[in-house]
Amino acid sequence: MTLDDVRRYLGAEVICCGEKLDREVTSAFGCDLMSDVLAFARPGTLLLTGLTNSQVIHTAELIDAAGVVFVRGKHPSSETIRLSIEKGIPLLATRLLLYDSCGLLFSKGLRGCSTVDLPETPREATAI
Amino acid sequence: MTRIDLEFTIDALDFVHAGEAASRVKRTLEHVGMEREVVRRASIAAYEAEMNIVIHSVGGTMKVTILPDCVEIVATDRGPGIEDIDLAMQEGYSTAPPHIREMGFGAGMGLPNMKRCADDIRIESAPGRGTTVRVIIRPRHAA
Repeated sequence: MTLDDVRRYLGAEVICCGEKLDREVTSAFGCDLMSDVLAFARPGTLLLTGLTNSQVIHTAELIDAAGVVFVRGKHPSSETIRLSIEKGIPLLATRLLLYDSCGLLFSKGLRGCSTVDLPETPREATAI
Repeated sequence: MTRIDLEFTIDALDFVHAGEAASRVKRTLEHVGMEREVVRRASIAAYEAEMNIVIHSVGGTMKVTILPDCVEIVATDRGPGIEDIDLAMQEGYSTAPPHIREMGFGAGMGLPNMKRCADDIRIESAPGRGTTVRVIIRPRHAA
């Protein structure tokens, strides 16, 4: 999945670095706690968060994130955007909530950063 | 590469520049061709060390020594010191106020994250005397 696919699936607005939307996204991580992002995210991941401060950009840079999606209609400050342009990290923004954003991307095949296998889906759940 | 020394002055509560030291550590490690996993672990440890100084102290320094087979990060602050180091190492334990937590940090993952990234971590601290955290990160093949 590319960042441009992410943009389409989430109906997201491109805030900066739109020329990099052909970048491949290999996994996703939805979280507002940057320490947990640092601990568990993998390189090439897409970071989905409701935080908009400059620490999000530093975190994304350090984990080699493919890009950042701001959820819940949050919009970063001009300082955050400036930093992201400097680091070359594409930023997107969607009005969807974190859960819905992650669920939509998961349903399109983008997996998270869990290091354990996902449990098999119970039969009764698949019958819905 | 023989040896590279980096030194950063880190100001308390400077959330605008917090993360820039770690960013430079990462770029330097990438520039010298350090293996990717070491770059990742050292960058994360440096970032958490930097944030700890910004959040908890009244300022400090971070010194990073890069050798072909080892990265050492030494973060020293003039802060209140840590009363109970074992407690501070527990995931989820934090003394950070709510406005720090709202920034995505201060959830009690800083020192545990540094330990997770480190091959060796040493903390020297006492109430009223500040804190020094020393982290060693080695490439896997040299560990």
